[in-house]
Amino acid sequence: MTIALGFLAIILATLLGWLLKHTFNVAPWETETVSDTAHHGPLGGVDKTTLIALLTFLAVVSSFFALILSAYALRMDLGDWVPMTEPQLLWTNTVMLIAASIVFQWTRNAAVNGQTSRLRPGLLITGVLTLGFVLGQIVAWQQLQNSGHYISSNPANAFFYFLTGAHAVHILGGLYVWARATQKVVLGTADVAAVRRSVELCTIYWHFLLLVWLVLFGLLLST
Amino acid sequence: MSYVAFADRDHEHEHHDPDTFITKYIWSQDHKVIAIQYGLTAIFVGLIALGLSAMMRLQLGFPNDFHFINPENYYQFITMHGMIMVIYLLTALFLGGFGNYLIPLMCGSRDMVFPYMNMLSYWAYLLSVIVLVISFFVPGGSTGAGWTLYPPQAISAGTPGVDLGILLMLVSLAIFIVAFTMGGLNYVTTVLQARCKGMTLMRMPLSVWGIFIATILGLLAFPALLVSAIMMLFDKTLHTSFFMPAISSMGVDPGYTGGSPILFQHLFWFFGHPEVYIVALPAFGLVSDLLSTHARKNIFGYRMMVWAIIAIGGLSFIVWAHHMYVSGMNPYFGFFFATTTLIIAVPTAIKVYNWVLTLWEGNIHLRVPMLFAIGFIFTFIHGGLTGLFLGNVTIDLPLSDTYFVVAHFHMVMGVSPVLVVFGAIYHWWPKITGKMYNETLGKWHFWMTFLGTYAIYLPMHYLGFAGVPRRYFAMGNTDFLPASAQDLNAAITISALFVAAAQLLFFINMIWSLVKGPKSDPNPWHATTLEWQTPDHPPKHGNWGHHLPEVHRWAYDYSVPGYKDDFIPQNVPADKAPAGRDHGGAH
Repeated sequence: MTIALGFLAIILATLLGWLLKHTFNVAPWETETVSDTAHHGPLGGVDKTTLIALLTFLAVVSSFFALILSAYALRMDLGDWVPMTEPQLLWTNTVMLIAASIVFQWTRNAAVNGQTSRLRPGLLITGVLTLGFVLGQIVAWQQLQNSGHYISSNPANAFFYFLTGAHAVHILGGLYVWARATQKVVLGTADVAAVRRSVELCTIYWHFLLLVWLVLFGLLLST
Repeated sequence: MSYVAFADRDHEHEHHDPDTFITKYIWSQDHKVIAIQYGLTAIFVGLIALGLSAMMRLQLGFPNDFHFINPENYYQFITMHGMIMVIYLLTALFLGGFGNYLIPLMCGSRDMVFPYMNMLSYWAYLLSVIVLVISFFVPGGSTGAGWTLYPPQAISAGTPGVDLGILLMLVSLAIFIVAFTMGGLNYVTTVLQARCKGMTLMRMPLSVWGIFIATILGLLAFPALLVSAIMMLFDKTLHTSFFMPAISSMGVDPGYTGGSPILFQHLFWFFGHPEVYIVALPAFGLVSDLLSTHARKNIFGYRMMVWAIIAIGGLSFIVWAHHMYVSGMNPYFGFFFATTTLIIAVPTAIKVYNWVLTLWEGNIHLRVPMLFAIGFIFTFIHGGLTGLFLGNVTIDLPLSDTYFVVAHFHMVMGVSPVLVVFGAIYHWWPKITGKMYNETLGKWHFWMTFLGTYAIYLPMHYLGFAGVPRRYFAMGNTDFLPASAQDLNAAITISALFVAAAQLLFFINMIWSLVKGPKSDPNPWHATTLEWQTPDHPPKHGNWGHHLPEVHRWAYDYSVPGYKDDFIPQNVPADKAPAGRDHGGAH
């Protein structure tokens, strides 16, 4: 459980630091005027609301994966664990996911700078690359099945399917949001500000899932 | 234009009021309606769980008289009673119910920041409840694995509900966690982003603090339950061996290899212990506001109360293994967890002292909510003290499988939060419905519940010391117990049935109030917090009319010297508070 605890320590330290900063040395019983911004959140005004919600959600997802990794570390030490050789295809998939993240960042920068003409190709390329990643993962699963690495044959296999599956589900969730933004851009019904916000948030989510994938992939390769 | 959540918008004309019955009361995105939906659903399943406990008590008090209760049923009753009470009643009621109702009103915002997601949260919760209730009626019945669902027995042949019951239980939990996450993101983001002008963190009422920190605990801890539920689903349906060891089950080899049941226990309690505080912290917050309001005195040590909530929240993540002392862990491990467990008593004791000191020289009004709040202090101290016993490994080992544990956690986690729930309902009822209830009936309800629960749980401590094992359908080979233990068990059952029947007073009172109750004053308790200062009573969609409130002071300006009234609402500016004679209640 050390992994989960380490992750929690980071989250709680961040939170506690912020809370202490705003609660220490405050005299709440005094009725003095409070500056206009004092009621605003950790990152500033109301336009950061969706960003705060996304970051909170990422903390929840991190907790989820940290706990699976904790379970992985605990279960790995037991006698029946047989290390599994990962399919080579995962490397290709990883490259696709990295590329998707890079293109998303490029699209986001374009959107922020008002170059709306780049939105459409940027979003479409990202979508293709990400879908390619998910399909690649499915193919990798099939390769494993064909070579007799079933989910029930060994705990190492079970964790492989669980981890990659959980990650893919989160990618699919991201693709749902991506699809809604892309649909508006392609049909031309988009409110520029709304699409820009979607793209900014999606970019963060994509980077986050790439990071999670790199951690998972590293762990799978090294064990 | 940057995005401004509905919760933050200053003018009402930007949105449309829901006007049909369906958008107003069924598919509602209004936090107040969602709160009531959450509350009613939670109370409904809570009543099922109460009925189950009555059945268990009938069996325990009068072992040979009720033939429709067999050992399988009994284990199903235990399991579903525990699971429903902890998760589907208390978690949902405190966070989905009170959290939803109070956060936007107390923080001065129009609604949650994501009303649509808030609505989805309720409907997902309802779905999880429906799946749970269906599991009573499937072939084999609901699961009888105990509320902790420990493998291997949870999914091994011989346990009641091993086919469909356990599957539906795990699926229902997964749906509940999704529902909670949608709600929780809303609560956290609303508290962080949608407070009205002037509402600094340290001016928030303690109710909001308790709910806020409890939500953070829930968001970080529920994934542990989700992970363990998914992994157990895999073990059950796909024959993986995450938790299932190589066993022979009733002479048959189910085909599992060397999985670890202890791994499940770690994951489960990594969720399970914070869960205690997910329920307790909102209760702490609500009871602080009740005590302060009805004692007409500012809460003693507000900052300490806030920090104690935060400290308890942080510490609650490093005590989980004290639920596993009997699992055969390394003694050094046990020592570590015993130490952290005893440390958590420090911030908790600070809170208890501060509640008592808030009452000290206060102008106490013994109205119904106040009775419940003071009752909570009693039951919480008693339940907390037995926790100090069980937190020590050497004392826990002999007591762990006895009724002492049942008495402890029912006192601290059953009776105490439920007293707060009742107190809070009586306190906010006039705001929610605009009606008053019958005060006398409420007081009867309190005294019968309060004294009745003591009659149930105090003797259980004694039974535990005497060695009466918990979880047993019937006593079996327990010759070392005196025959009078059975008499005590019968008395406990009678008390339990009495307390269960006393809850009828509550429902009669509330239904009477809705139908015939007198209209209540907009601020009947003369409270300072924002929800009592709304322009409409009860508050309408959007809460605040045309302009959001502005806050100029903390939530505890009671009996301030030099002012006419013994309370100054949070939205009254410093120079506008009516001065007058020095109020008698001030010290």
